[in-house]
Amino acid sequence: MVSAGPDGAAVDRPGRTLPPVTEIGIATLAVIVASGVYLSAYPVPRHAPYPAAIALVALAYLGEAVNIVLLLRIRDFAWDKFVLVGRWALLAYSIAAGMLEYVFVRDHTPGRTLAILSLALVVFATDIPIMLAFTVARYQPVPD
Amino acid sequence: MAESTRMVTSGTVAPPVAGGPPVVPEFQIVPLQGLPIVVAVVVFLIVAIAGNWLWALDFFHVVGGGLWTGIDLFVGLIIGPILGRMSVQARIEFSTRFMPKMLLIMPTLVTMTLGSGWQLARHLGNLSVAYPRHWWLTASYIVVGVMAVIALGLLEPANLAVLFELKKPRPDPELIARLMKRFIYTAGITGVMQVATLVIMTRITTW
Repeated sequence: MVSAGPDGAAVDRPGRTLPPVTEIGIATLAVIVASGVYLSAYPVPRHAPYPAAIALVALAYLGEAVNIVLLLRIRDFAWDKFVLVGRWALLAYSIAAGMLEYVFVRDHTPGRTLAILSLALVVFATDIPIMLAFTVARYQPVPD
Repeated sequence: MAESTRMVTSGTVAPPVAGGPPVVPEFQIVPLQGLPIVVAVVVFLIVAIAGNWLWALDFFHVVGGGLWTGIDLFVGLIIGPILGRMSVQARIEFSTRFMPKMLLIMPTLVTMTLGSGWQLARHLGNLSVAYPRHWWLTASYIVVGVMAVIALGLLEPANLAVLFELKKPRPDPELIARLMKRFIYTAGITGVMQVATLVIMTRITTW
């Protein structure tokens, strides 16, 4: 916990409990990375069994959904800063995810593998902006 | 300098500068003048991938990987401990000049290294190498994956939060010190993990 801000604003302060958005976000990212490593661990042209990869991606979506619900339940939060950071981070990580998607398509990645990777990239492109925006906003004063 | 600075007035950390509280220089969170360079690098990378330019892919991977590894090691093991011993004023001045640049440099280096590395491995046939040799590739995925989780989940958010805190009229030095500590520790961990990357990459190139 961080003490009240010097300007007396409602920053991350004693007695205020924020949900573990960062922790869940990191776990979600770890699951997405694990799914990517799992799919890549099979030498080309073999491919990984799909059920485990699908389960990992599904778990990541669950983590992301839980995070969004937890976020929406927060009151007295610097949503202006959250949106400011989140939208630019979303743009940046969408470009990064788009590049990866482009590489996968260009490399003629098989259909099912491509579908799983594409779903994983959606989580990648949205989970990181949530973590960045939340970390910044939690220390910012809440607007009146 | 007075016009472009703000004072840090919290009493949680004693002002280290004689004659007044620490001041925060004016700075941009995202240095806009660096964006054209980032765009140029990304566009060149896309062109290299689209054109199957083996030389360019090799260039991106070697230069990007070398800089990424070098910067991680240097920041984590050299700059970090030095920064930890500097005064609050010195840390603030260093951070406002250093961290916005890192916000552009590191994601760009990571993108160019990983994007070109995957394509290079495909062109050179490394992706179809059978086990047990394939373990070296799998190990590299795992190391990069762990580094990505640390960098994207802990390091980058801390970096950004510090910059936003420094933009406040009266930043909280205690919070800045705590977030900077997280930044330095995670940079150190990824720096040490980069040694594993160096071992794996030099092993793969000498198959």
